[in-house]
Order: sequence, then structure tokens, then C-alpha cells
Amino acid sequence: MVVVFSKSIVYSAFSLLFTFFGVAGIYVLLNADFLAITQLLVYVGGILVLLLFGVMLTTNTVTIDVKSGTMNIFPATVVIALLAGMLGGIFWTSDWFMSKQTSEIVHTTTTTEIGNALITTHVLPFEIASVVLLVAVVGAAMMARRERANTNP
Amino acid sequence: MTITLTHFLMLSAVLFSLGLFAVITRKNAIMVLMGIELILNSANINFLAFSRYGGMNIEGQMAAIFVIILAAAEAAVALAIVLNIYKRFNTVNVDEISILKD
Repeated sequence: MVVVFSKSIVYSAFSLLFTFFGVAGIYVLLNADFLAITQLLVYVGGILVLLLFGVMLTTNTVTIDVKSGTMNIFPATVVIALLAGMLGGIFWTSDWFMSKQTSEIVHTTTTTEIGNALITTHVLPFEIASVVLLVAVVGAAMMARRERANTNP
Repeated sequence: MTITLTHFLMLSAVLFSLGLFAVITRKNAIMVLMGIELILNSANINFLAFSRYGGMNIEGQMAAIFVIILAAAEAAVALAIVLNIYKRFNTVNVDEISILKD
């Protein structure tokens, strides 16, 4: 809640941190321990630091102007309330297929299974993901330094 | 009262709605990025809930891993774009960057 409704963007970023921790806890509840650790590493360690860097670089911290305004607040509220009600109603009333073997809690580590699946059945998405990460890193670096290369000569 | 699939789906619906609300109402581009992260997190919760309760053993977790990878790449590229926008326009408010309209 605070992520969305807080006026100060720094408060939003820090409450986003707690949201990520909560989602990692939900992953543990859902028997996905490797995903929980990955969530902590990638989101808390990477994405949140990137967002905070963005906050610090794009706001003049000398003149305290880290407030973030809103726009279209009323129609957005109506539309989002309608959408949330619709999603909740659909999720609540649907009769989901539940597997029979989930009643007992099985506490197994999923790291081995994930590693096996990554190099056997999911090799192609794995390689595509590595290429996408490489392209993203190179592209981000290019975009971040092209401005200076243009202004220097 | 036991926790069933429906509770996780309701949680992810709430998270998705809040993220979409942040995307379409906030002016700051970094707040829009935070909303996108919230939306991706809710999608991940859905993947894991269905893979836990639906009997598919590991496929949902694989999909969630790739979603996390793409979220990391998207955050890096989006931050680079936001920094370029800030250098050029000296603002990150998405409603003031409208020179494409003119």
C-alpha cells in the first residue's frame, strides 16, 4: 500500500523493499526455496539498488524535491477498483483443479530439480535468457554513455 | 482454516491492482518502474501457486525464474532510458515529456 500511495519516492522505494521480502516469504510457503533466495538476491540486491540509484541521480537532493505527484487520480481509482473486484470475483468463485497430492506438506529442496530442468528440458530458454541479459547490459551501457560521447567532440 | 490456492490468487490480484494503479497514476518514471516490478511479482506468485497446487511439479518455477531474469534486464535498460531522459529534459515526469506531440 505504502509503495503506491506514499508521497515521497524514497519512502516508496523502502516499502518496496519490505514488499519484496514479503513476496520471498510467500515463495517459501509455496515450496519454492530456490526462487525465494533468487528473489532476495535479484530484487533486493539488484533491482532495488538500481531504483535507488535512479532516484538519487534524477532528483536534486539539495533542493528537497523528492515528492512525486499523481495524475488522473479519480478515473484511475474507479478503473482499478473495478478491475480488482473483477479479478477477485473470478479468482474467488472459480473451481480450480486441485491436485490430490498437495494435502501433505512435502519439504524438499527444489534446487536440484531446477538445475536438472535447466540443462535438460529448458536449455533453449536458458540460452535465450543469457543472450537477452548480455544484450541488456551492453545496451544499457551504450545508452548511458552515448550522451557524453556526442558532446565531447 | 487452511491456506488454499484461492488465497494466493487473491493476494496476487491485490498486488497486481496496486501495481497497475502505480503505473497509470504516478508522474515519476521511477514510480512507474516500481509499479511494473509489483506487477511482475504478482505474476510470479501466480506461477508458483499454480505449480504448487496444480500438480505440475517444476514448470511454474522455471517460468518464474525466467520472469525474474527478464525483470532484471528490463530494470537495467529502463534505468538507462530514464537517465538519458533526465539528461535531455531535466525531468523524469512522464506527462511533461511530450515533444513527440508537437
